[in-house]
Amino acid sequence: MSMNEINARRDAMKKMGGMGFLGLLAAAGMITPQMALAAWNKGAFEAKTLADTLKALGAAGTPVESKDVVLNAPDIAENGAVVPVTVTSNLPHSQQVAILVEKNPNALAAQFMIPEGTEATITTRVKMGQTSDVFALVKSDGKFYIAKKEIKVTLGGCGG
Amino acid sequence: MADPMKIRAANKDGVTEVKILMSHEMETGQRKDASGAIVPAHFISEVTATWNGKVVLQGEFGPAVSKNPYLAFKFKGGAKGEKVTVSWVDNKGDKRTDEGTIA
Amino acid sequence: MRKQRRGTPHAAAKRMAGSLAALAALATLTGTPALAQDKSMDEIAKYREMLADGNPAELIEMRGEELWKTPRGPKNVSLEQCDLGLGPGKVEGAYAQLPRYFADAGKVMDVEARLVYCMQTQQGFSFAEATKNWYSKPGKESDLVALVTWVGAQSNGQKINVPVKHPKEAEMVKMGEYIFHRRSGPQDFGCSVCHGQDGVRIRLQDLDNLSQSKGAQKAMRTWPAYRVSQGTVWTMQRRLIDCMRQARWPEQKFPSDAVIALEMYLQNKAAGGVLESPGIKR
Repeated sequence: MSMNEINARRDAMKKMGGMGFLGLLAAAGMITPQMALAAWNKGAFEAKTLADTLKALGAAGTPVESKDVVLNAPDIAENGAVVPVTVTSNLPHSQQVAILVEKNPNALAAQFMIPEGTEATITTRVKMGQTSDVFALVKSDGKFYIAKKEIKVTLGGCGG
Repeated sequence: MADPMKIRAANKDGVTEVKILMSHEMETGQRKDASGAIVPAHFISEVTATWNGKVVLQGEFGPAVSKNPYLAFKFKGGAKGEKVTVSWVDNKGDKRTDEGTIA
Repeated sequence: MRKQRRGTPHAAAKRMAGSLAALAALATLTGTPALAQDKSMDEIAKYREMLADGNPAELIEMRGEELWKTPRGPKNVSLEQCDLGLGPGKVEGAYAQLPRYFADAGKVMDVEARLVYCMQTQQGFSFAEATKNWYSKPGKESDLVALVTWVGAQSNGQKINVPVKHPKEAEMVKMGEYIFHRRSGPQDFGCSVCHGQDGVRIRLQDLDNLSQSKGAQKAMRTWPAYRVSQGTVWTMQRRLIDCMRQARWPEQKFPSDAVIALEMYLQNKAAGGVLESPGIKR
């Protein structure tokens, strides 16, 4: 596939909004991984501010803070290059999970489409340039909910 | 060519837990090399996991995911001996597909 | 070697005091210093625990196994007949018993020196080729480190067991102990300045007292280790060579006999410590 084709497909997906048609197909289990690999949300990943990122993810305005979204991470990271994060949503029909680091050059670190049958619990590791608020964003039944946690990044010692 | 992933999958009480390690530099595009030139961004952008032909997770990464990315999740179903297939593609078009057997 | 200087106040200790003051300042942000400090240590422990579940060293370990089994070098043979101390090709448990004296080489070797020896004698690599990329750099993983990672992993769960049986081993333990306690370089610095007493810390990291068995066990049992700050595995040679660099000592040539002596001293002291290899740390 050429870059033009990729861009054309991305534009088409943007028009359809949200996670994109391919994402929906993938979520429904209707297409193979090879076919699904073309849906990267450039706008959201290249947005600088938290507000712009939320907008690009389709979560404009202020998502509701919810106790049903749990962001599990240490309060202090010994090194910002690897910060372990687990996001769990106890909301019904959680379709999408995103991890955002407010003070990174681009706030969005990763996002996940959760097909029916997959638990809305995702663990991964992100980089943090400095101490920052970290957000877990969850889309449930078409609405966005959020949880926040400040993670301090320290300078460690020699790394015994 | 990209190095293989390490995929562990284990079924317990009807739920399969998948743990994936991917071998990738995840270069941010912000770092400078010894000569002061910016090292171009190079990162896994999309990850898809399937089981029995069904997509069980689809992820999109930015360069802020840590080097040698780790990803863990759980889905309903999966039996011992069945395969979980994981594919990734990076922003330069490099790709990799590997399988893990459910224990 | 120069005689040990003593009694001069040195910059390193001052710097360490500064770090502790910074730690105290951080601790006061959230409450009483002592409580906040405990909470900080709990959160650091949580950070380490969360990392332990998926160790990217496993990726490097996979590469190491492949390299071990693949015919390579001018003689196009694998390393499968390499004797790591327990007999040709016996890898399981070998790392837990290194360094040790090897009669064929006539000297004490650690895992890296031994792998380099096998690469030379069995695969026909020159010393320069075998040691050229002895540590990993961003975008360029070292084959030797991958091999060490795999060999180390084959001793996971085993007790460190490096007794002194040969006079050369006794000599190396003694030399290692001397180097450990020796202060040198422009900062009048040495291993024991930080690692020779209980209850000290650099920034938020506890420093193990390596002159005691308990501290040595704790430190030695998690190597080789994936360093998240470096994004790759560090071996004990790299750890100690970098310690020496940080102490502003002359740079060691790899594989360094001074480092092997230190390893021999520390592994001997760490006897009984159960290996969790490969480890993962900041």
